[in-house]
Amino acid sequence: MNGLETLPAWAAVIVICLLVLGGAIVLIGALGLMRLPTFYQRIHGPAITVTLGAGAILIASMVYFTAAQSRLVVHELLITLFIMMTAPVVSMLIMRVAVYRDLRGRKGGFAGEGDVYRQPTTAQDRPDTK
Amino acid sequence: MLTDLLTLAIGFATLCVVAAMLFCMVRLLLGPTAQDRVLALDTLWMCAMLLILMLGIRFGSLIYFEAAVLIALTGFVSTVALAKFLMRGEVIE
Repeated sequence: MNGLETLPAWAAVIVICLLVLGGAIVLIGALGLMRLPTFYQRIHGPAITVTLGAGAILIASMVYFTAAQSRLVVHELLITLFIMMTAPVVSMLIMRVAVYRDLRGRKGGFAGEGDVYRQPTTAQDRPDTK
Repeated sequence: MLTDLLTLAIGFATLCVVAAMLFCMVRLLLGPTAQDRVLALDTLWMCAMLLILMLGIRFGSLIYFEAAVLIALTGFVSTVALAKFLMRGEVIE
């Protein structure tokens, strides 16, 4: 049997709120990843999954095990620290890959997906040089 | 009554994370470019880690934590390797 019955009320309320918040935010992030039109918009979807959704579920796990075992159980901080360190690295790497591949594709005459990074080539593309 | 609510909340969160994994799977299968697929795979790793953590809360066991740590580490390494491969054409130069 599990230890859900012996949990004190304050911890149960905190864990319920954090779990519902975390689950909803993870769902919203993945929905953004699926629905947004271009890659440069899609990369913003998983950002809230990684920060707020994962953070809420990790804090819920910490509160649950601390209250259920009547001692301080904070080794989920290890995962939190690791995610907070690696999430910017991962998103920056993927972003650089996307920019590199889009620019390389454009050089060959192929109009790719990332129209954000169009380089100004003709005079009417540069309004500040009039 | 709070125990029922807690079970319900864990079920809701698990359902949300499983639906998020399905959405990531859709993007992974029909993502138009390779970087879309890498991004979807990275999000899929993260959702799998959260799912394992929630199973740990559900069954009240601390063993699931180590599986979550392993999944987080492997996900980071695999995403970095895939991004490096897309950028340079090989992983270790």
